[in-house]
Amino acid sequence: MTLSNASDMIAEDQISSTEWPLWEIFIRGQQGISHRHVGSLHAPDAKTAIQSARDVYTRRSEGVSIWVVESQQITASSPSDKGPLYEPSKSKIYRHPTFFDIPDKVGAM
Amino acid sequence: MYAQLIKSEATVENPKKLREFQARIDAGEKIEPKDWMPEGYRKTLIRQISQHAHSEIVGQLPEGNWITRAPTLQRKVILLAKVQDEAGHGLYLYCAAETLGASRDELNQMLLDGRMKYSSIFNYPTLTWADMGTVGWLVDGAAIMNQVPLQRTSYGPYARAMIRICKEESFHQRQGFDIMMKMANGTLEQKRMAQDALNRFWYPSLMMFGPSDSDSQHSAQSMAWKIKINTNDELRQKFVDQTVPQAEYLGLTIPDENLKWNEKKKRYDFTDPDWSEFYDVINGNGPCNVERLNARKKAWENGKWVRDGLLAHVQKTTSKTVTVE
Repeated sequence: MTLSNASDMIAEDQISSTEWPLWEIFIRGQQGISHRHVGSLHAPDAKTAIQSARDVYTRRSEGVSIWVVESQQITASSPSDKGPLYEPSKSKIYRHPTFFDIPDKVGAM
Repeated sequence: MYAQLIKSEATVENPKKLREFQARIDAGEKIEPKDWMPEGYRKTLIRQISQHAHSEIVGQLPEGNWITRAPTLQRKVILLAKVQDEAGHGLYLYCAAETLGASRDELNQMLLDGRMKYSSIFNYPTLTWADMGTVGWLVDGAAIMNQVPLQRTSYGPYARAMIRICKEESFHQRQGFDIMMKMANGTLEQKRMAQDALNRFWYPSLMMFGPSDSDSQHSAQSMAWKIKINTNDELRQKFVDQTVPQAEYLGLTIPDENLKWNEKKKRYDFTDPDWSEFYDVINGNGPCNVERLNARKKAWENGKWVRDGLLAHVQKTTSKTVTVE
């Protein structure tokens, strides 16, 4: 058996039906602002994901830096947790600066 | 449109949950991947978004046909950039469909097997360079007509994909019109080519919006779910009203003897396309259906060694790293 046959067999047996993993792409649009989620793509590894993200998501100078994260590594909160997670802050209006009345003559504060 | 003849899936769900879901949509809220949604909403969206994605990918073929034969180097790089954009559009849309639980490879397989469709327009041949102008001007023009309202669609990932796509479509339409201006103001032969391209693409472009509202049975549910924003006839009318003055500017004649401004209705009256041709093309019997699908199958098969090879390389290097650690 030749070498190329052997590698074909590996491909057939182990890989052929395997989809490349999905990556989430984050781009820093310009210096000084944070990375922002722009979309996703399939790639075999992080290096290729960055290469493809550059080809797809920065074709018109949309970015100066790229982050890629494998989608399965992201843990997301559940919509049903909305109450327990965010309700408590609604009653804490004293956390906002507008809660306090400061006399005008004090000046800007 | 790019998603013609999308049948809305019936949905049997808890009525209370359905009412709450509809209320969210009516209030203009976006539905996100992890939110509860009716099965019918999910399935209809997967089909609609995938069909749209397939259209972007197959849509590369009629224009790819002219990349090596573009008349100047500048036209060539512009056309190349446009065709690359279409690949990106396909990607954005496939990813949006994947957030609904569809698998990318499975969607692709369904296209290759003919279980999923793509827009009828890409089954027409591109015979001359003027066709590149007409495709950009009319086909991308019609696509914009449909996609701009879809930026407000209820499903978040789909709406965001549409926003990205719309930013780029305007470049596509303008580059097409630019080609048409050159041809229409060129030699007699160039002008003849431009007119011929318009003659061939006019009715297929009108077909892109799908059948007449009276024959479009699945619109009501999709419109309630805000995954379809305007009716087929509304968009078609809008397209005609916008395009006729552009054709006049070019000095070209739209191939419709009944085309006439209706002063009372403040819009153009026009002839509907031949719907039997539309059904024929969408069911696989258009001039290029076989050629297009074969090109996709060939690309998928010829790319297999690259997909497998890169994955094998990753697996090999990962296992090495693990051993070292």
